Amino acid sequence: MKIFRQIHVVYRKELIDILRDRRALVSMIVVPLVVIPLLMFGIGTLSIVVMEQARQEQHRVMVLGGDDSPGILEKLGALDGILVVSDGEDYVERILRRDVRAAVRIPEGFESAVEEELPVEEVTLYIFEGDVKSNLAAGVVRSFFRELRDDVVARRLSDRDLSTDLLDPFAIGVSNVAPPEKVTGTTLGGVIPYIIILLCVTGAMYPAMDLTAGEKERGTMETILSSPVSRLALVLGKYLVVLTASLATSLLAIGSLGAALVFGFSLLDGGTEAGRPLLALDPLALVAVFFLLLPVACLFSAALLALSLFARSFKEAQTYVSPLLLLAILPAIAATLPGIELTPTLVWAPVLNIALVSKEMMIGTYDWGAIGLVFGTTSVYAALALAIAVRLFYREAVLFRS
Amino acid sequence: MVEVSGLSKSFSDRKRGLVHAVDGVSFRCEAGRIYGLLGGNGAGKTTTLRMLATLLKPSRGRALVDGYDVTASPDAVRSRVGFLSGGTALYGRLTAREMVEYFGRLHGLRGEALSRSVGALFESLEIRDFEDRRCDKLSTGMKQKVSIARTLVHDPAVMIFDEPTAGLDVITARAVLGFIRECRERGKTVIFSTHIMREAGKLCDVIGIIHRGKLVDEGSLADLCERHGETDLEEVFVKLVSAEEETAA
Repeated sequence: MKIFRQIHVVYRKELIDILRDRRALVSMIVVPLVVIPLLMFGIGTLSIVVMEQARQEQHRVMVLGGDDSPGILEKLGALDGILVVSDGEDYVERILRRDVRAAVRIPEGFESAVEEELPVEEVTLYIFEGDVKSNLAAGVVRSFFRELRDDVVARRLSDRDLSTDLLDPFAIGVSNVAPPEKVTGTTLGGVIPYIIILLCVTGAMYPAMDLTAGEKERGTMETILSSPVSRLALVLGKYLVVLTASLATSLLAIGSLGAALVFGFSLLDGGTEAGRPLLALDPLALVAVFFLLLPVACLFSAALLALSLFARSFKEAQTYVSPLLLLAILPAIAATLPGIELTPTLVWAPVLNIALVSKEMMIGTYDWGAIGLVFGTTSVYAALALAIAVRLFYREAVLFRS
Repeated sequence: MVEVSGLSKSFSDRKRGLVHAVDGVSFRCEAGRIYGLLGGNGAGKTTTLRMLATLLKPSRGRALVDGYDVTASPDAVRSRVGFLSGGTALYGRLTAREMVEYFGRLHGLRGEALSRSVGALFESLEIRDFEDRRCDKLSTGMKQKVSIARTLVHDPAVMIFDEPTAGLDVITARAVLGFIRECRERGKTVIFSTHIMREAGKLCDVIGIIHRGKLVDEGSLADLCERHGETDLEEVFVKLVSAEEETAA
């Protein structure tokens, strides 16, 4: 019983200490509550605004040839969204310079050939692939020529007393059967666990370094070790504080992500014709992901504590911890890639296994066998990492490393 | 009482190989006495005191603190020792009261017993005025008082001071030395390490001169001076250390 009381005393003190540290509060509270939703929602809003602005602009499009097709030139000049500029053979250079956004080559005798139903050469569009404004400008020109082609076809059929239905004998419809939660899960299923895993690590990072390397640097490690607190109680008390920070950060991240997504969807999503929202989040999936992340938080907390304890100073701890952050993020990123699924081998891959199972849960697929296996393996890794951290607390060479 | 017999500590160093930080040190200090370990930097003072405070395990030899073996009963030793090192080593984000109470709780004090102990220390060390201020906002003198209160909260029988005046101004250093004398007057066993000759000469009942991990001589100031035909502790120290260096060479 004495050890539990000691753990409680250490935990209480370390928690007070950490909660009074502005840097710890920023990583634990401000980042998940403010920065992450702002990034997600802000970037989404910004991209919509930028796209809207781009759509409103008049994009310069160069017309190559077409002198013998005045009707086409006139219609192109009257189109909304583009500004026709005069011919020039330097169109490639000007497109690359973004002086003009696209160019269109009208074949010789295009207008008369269409009228006389003669073979017509290809109308070619020149664009800057990947450039949004170039694609928007080309889209306007492409739509114009498609409509023109449809009109020509309709007129030719009409001249022959044929119906346009000949070209469209039946319709093809697409109907979404997936509920909004599954649609969102498929779209964001990989990203949400990634963000939560990331915050799970970053939330634990600062307290882990402060409670070990920071304590060594300040000289208080020697003071605390000279008290009758057992090393086991000391390491467990500190570990529980790091774990609390990690879980609190993850929980706040889940809450703020959920709120930001719901709020964001209500603003951005017009819903379907049936009045249903197109995007939604299953709160149960978020809760399930959080519980699955418990052993991950245990694993990271122990690993961070062990690594930081090995360092002589806070600065040195930062250099040790940075690679761990990468090791945590890379599998989480890998899980967001399409096509990667949980295999019997990947069940043993720490972090990646949790990220993959979480992704499935976000879609609404609960494979309890896989969930149990992943939970179990990660718990074993966490126990091993904690055992290493405890062992290090008994090693003089680590505690008094100079 | 502290009894040290053949205490040694060795560790392996990547560059220097096997290092004997403390090599067969033996001494004894009774209750109500101050034993001073006098030595230069790297002489083995801190390692010796860390072994007495059970922070490090001895490689060989034995040390009894208030009757308890540092290797066999480290918990019992820690609950009977107050350890104060040079730096104030306080938790900056805790208040003075929280700091002292934390250590009191770690020593098993609770409720009324804890309040009584902390209250009495705060009165005698005049901490009341700043007891609710965070330690990182305190002056060096205030911090040292809080450190002393932290060391004494469980009323230890043995006090270990590892260069307690290092980095302190003259006034604060004098206050610390006064406090060490008080410990002796209250019947505590005091082990004190320093490299300042004047401090050792003024304060210690017995001075042990340590060099390269070995205790090269010990005795009262008068005994040491008489034995080596000198009138000043510094001269005695230099003579002993030089002789050791010559032997080693």
